[in-house]
Amino acid sequence: MTEATPAPAPARTRHAALVWMTSQSPIVVTVLALVLGFFVGALIIITTTPAVLDAWRGLFHSWGAPGDALKVTFDNVGAAYRSMFTGSVFDPAQLWHSMTTGKGFDASLTPISETLTYATPLIIISTGVGIAFQTGLFNIGANGQAVLGGIAGGVAGSMLHMPMILHLPVTLIAGIAGGMVCGVIPGVLKAFTGAHEVIVTIMLNYVIYAFLLFAVLSTAFQQPGQSNDISRTMAPSAQLPPLFGAASGLRVSYGIFVALAVVLFAWWFLDRSSIGFDFRVTGANPSAAKASGISSRTVIVLVFLISGGLAGLAGIVQAASTTHYIDGGFLIGNAGIGFTAITIALLGRNRPMGILLSSLLFAALGVGGRTMQAATGIPLDLATVIQSIVVLFVATPVLVKEIFHLRAAKTEVLQLATQGWGS
Amino acid sequence: MRLELRAITKRFGSLVANDQISITVEPGQIHSLLGENGAGKSTLMNVLFGLLHPDDGEILIDGVPTTFENSGEAVRRGIGMVHQHFMLVPVFTVAENVVLGFEPTKSFNRVDYQKATDDIRRVSKEFNLEVDPDAIIESLPVGIQQRVEILKALSHDAQLLILDEPTAVLTPQEIDALMEIMRSLAAAGKSILFITHKLKEVKAIADVITIIRQGKVVGTAEPSASESELASMMVGRDVVLTVQKEPFSPGEDVFEIRDLVVRDDRGLAAVNGVSLDVRAGEILALAGVQGNGQTELVEAIAGMRPVESGTITLNGHDITNASPRKVLDAGLGHIPEDRQRNGLVMSMTVADNLVLNTPRRAPFAKRGTRNLAAVNANAVRLINEFDIRTESPQELVSSLSGGNQQKVIVARELSRDLKFLVASQPTRGLDVGSIEYVHRQMVNHRNLGNAALVVSSELDEVFALADRIAVMYAGKISGVVDPSVSRESIGLLMAGTITETAHD
Repeated sequence: MTEATPAPAPARTRHAALVWMTSQSPIVVTVLALVLGFFVGALIIITTTPAVLDAWRGLFHSWGAPGDALKVTFDNVGAAYRSMFTGSVFDPAQLWHSMTTGKGFDASLTPISETLTYATPLIIISTGVGIAFQTGLFNIGANGQAVLGGIAGGVAGSMLHMPMILHLPVTLIAGIAGGMVCGVIPGVLKAFTGAHEVIVTIMLNYVIYAFLLFAVLSTAFQQPGQSNDISRTMAPSAQLPPLFGAASGLRVSYGIFVALAVVLFAWWFLDRSSIGFDFRVTGANPSAAKASGISSRTVIVLVFLISGGLAGLAGIVQAASTTHYIDGGFLIGNAGIGFTAITIALLGRNRPMGILLSSLLFAALGVGGRTMQAATGIPLDLATVIQSIVVLFVATPVLVKEIFHLRAAKTEVLQLATQGWGS
Repeated sequence: MRLELRAITKRFGSLVANDQISITVEPGQIHSLLGENGAGKSTLMNVLFGLLHPDDGEILIDGVPTTFENSGEAVRRGIGMVHQHFMLVPVFTVAENVVLGFEPTKSFNRVDYQKATDDIRRVSKEFNLEVDPDAIIESLPVGIQQRVEILKALSHDAQLLILDEPTAVLTPQEIDALMEIMRSLAAAGKSILFITHKLKEVKAIADVITIIRQGKVVGTAEPSASESELASMMVGRDVVLTVQKEPFSPGEDVFEIRDLVVRDDRGLAAVNGVSLDVRAGEILALAGVQGNGQTELVEAIAGMRPVESGTITLNGHDITNASPRKVLDAGLGHIPEDRQRNGLVMSMTVADNLVLNTPRRAPFAKRGTRNLAAVNANAVRLINEFDIRTESPQELVSSLSGGNQQKVIVARELSRDLKFLVASQPTRGLDVGSIEYVHRQMVNHRNLGNAALVVSSELDEVFALADRIAVMYAGKISGVVDPSVSRESIGLLMAGTITETAHD
């Protein structure tokens, strides 16, 4: 087939290059999807902000200059996105101020610290979901696994007493174990009875939520003297301390290093380890995996142990670094971290580095959205809309190419390959 | 109908699938389109049948330029297509299938089955296509099912019939019957476009042969042209059609099957009491029409399908119901029937596919971590040794041609330390050049004193490779014969009309 592919004609070079980029490089599609996400976000700002609408409506009444309306539009959209950026990465003015005066560094680092704080559990849990996806398995139960990890780690962290050098690892391992216990159930059921993992994991989520309420209301685990659904506070020796000390007011904790270690582990595991190779073969072609002597049962159980373990780790890292206790709403807000993890893994194309970047993006949109809401009155939901649209477009690369007027040449050839071409 | 294709060009992206193809089919002519897989035959037929639109060129029917928006329009203009994979509803009767989509109706929109049945009787009588209109499709042999497809096309008053690789699923006897039908259709003035890559059939039936290579017409030939002439036009170079083999000197039994019973997915005994022996230095060919239990037999050997009863012994080890891992470790090499499904991971690189079933073996991995340098070095070596055409070991295997994909599997299996090789339809869909290559590799392997079982529904392949031929019919071995027997007697064994137990 290679000899049948002539060099593109000069007139078509630029177009061909674009086609090549989109068909070859998923990164290009992701970036285009981001652009589209922010574009749609801007449309929503325009159509829902009274000031902008008034400016355009004014054109009909007073034949005013359209330039004014455009200016209002750009000002509003610009202000929204600017506050999103300054709220999640850094504020240049603030940074300049602290650099010139030598004061207020903490304040200028707060946005990025918040973003990293939110990203930490997302990175860990999404990596686990991504590993399962790469093996062709859908772990919809990451949320329940994270909650159970949080409970197990929370119990170890609040009810055991030992020096930090032991207590913190024991707490984290308890979290991983909790997630594994919850993950291995659908794994074993699928491997030995063929029960579909999606159904089992979804249903287990409900079981775990109920168990969470039971746990935080039980006398042993409930915060003494409280009647609310809130657990004992974890001992300081079991907490992941803030990176810059409690006095700085910056919340980013040593948990971010746990997250980076997980990304590194996942890269090694998927790209370099023999088991990871088995996982990828199983995900890409289960029949060939079987024929090559890979035991699908072993793989399925292992995937759910690892994916569940990482979810559990995410749960306990969250509890050990930010709240230091668990309550009845643990990790359930915002549709649940385990479900966000699915979209993050999709956006990151199930690869560790991609997941790291998309977790940071999701965290930044969430954190920046809050600043935007405070500064401009545009609701935080806009951030969710942008997240959703980006993932939607990433999931439909053909649509993205169509919007940017790129013919999906590769797709057409691929479809025809199934009809007997290309050999 | 006189059909003329003028300079048809079809591109997919930068790929030119059909490059200025011109063909004329005269009324009453059997025109054979010969080409390797991937030469552009199917694309051309899809253009002709309205499934694809040409980028350039014209279709003329009886001298009038015509365009088809879809296949329905092509059917209305008198073009009928018999697909390689039949488009029939298995639980419907012949009559119901034939009228499907064009049902004759009585009052209140009820289907007029009487008229449908009568129409079929009339058409089948007219063209000598014997078939019972009330028979249920799934109860009919494949050859008759194909007849129903032809009948269906004729009942829509087709003047030009496109037959796409029609003989792939037929026994030799059924092929003869099909050719008889084709001749009588041509005699009745119908035009036939016969697509194939089988040289013998082309010579037997065609009036005119057009040869396509890499999307271009490379020439036309008379049916009197020799097979090697046709083959070299098809491939673009000289081709050796017979394989050189050392004299047959069998050693001890390496592989033994006794009274094997294996069930298929529906729970029926697809393999029903099969016993076979393969000796060192021997290629045993398992001939037979597809779907007579060969697939299930091979899957059972490879550990991919449970054995109901009986035993499989490899090199003295009982591998009955062993896991695929154990079977591979016992020294079985397996070239699977469906290479893209069971043999390769299309989204992975050539290098990874070359170690697909040995990823943990030294030097490819050490203490759970893969040694990518060793994997790559292995790939470089095998790519050279087995002449795999790829730009690099890191190329995705999906970007290779079918022949080179098969070479990846052959290289992987033959480079392992094998006791026994099972090759299932090892050259299906490959071009003549790759067939020649794969055959030579398997014979080399045998010449080194190794045992092999080759499952094939292509008699040419069976005769090219076999030291002994076993024929499988309806889950049983209907005979084990010497390759010196005639094609006809093998054909009779394949059809199950005679059984013979001529063990040597």
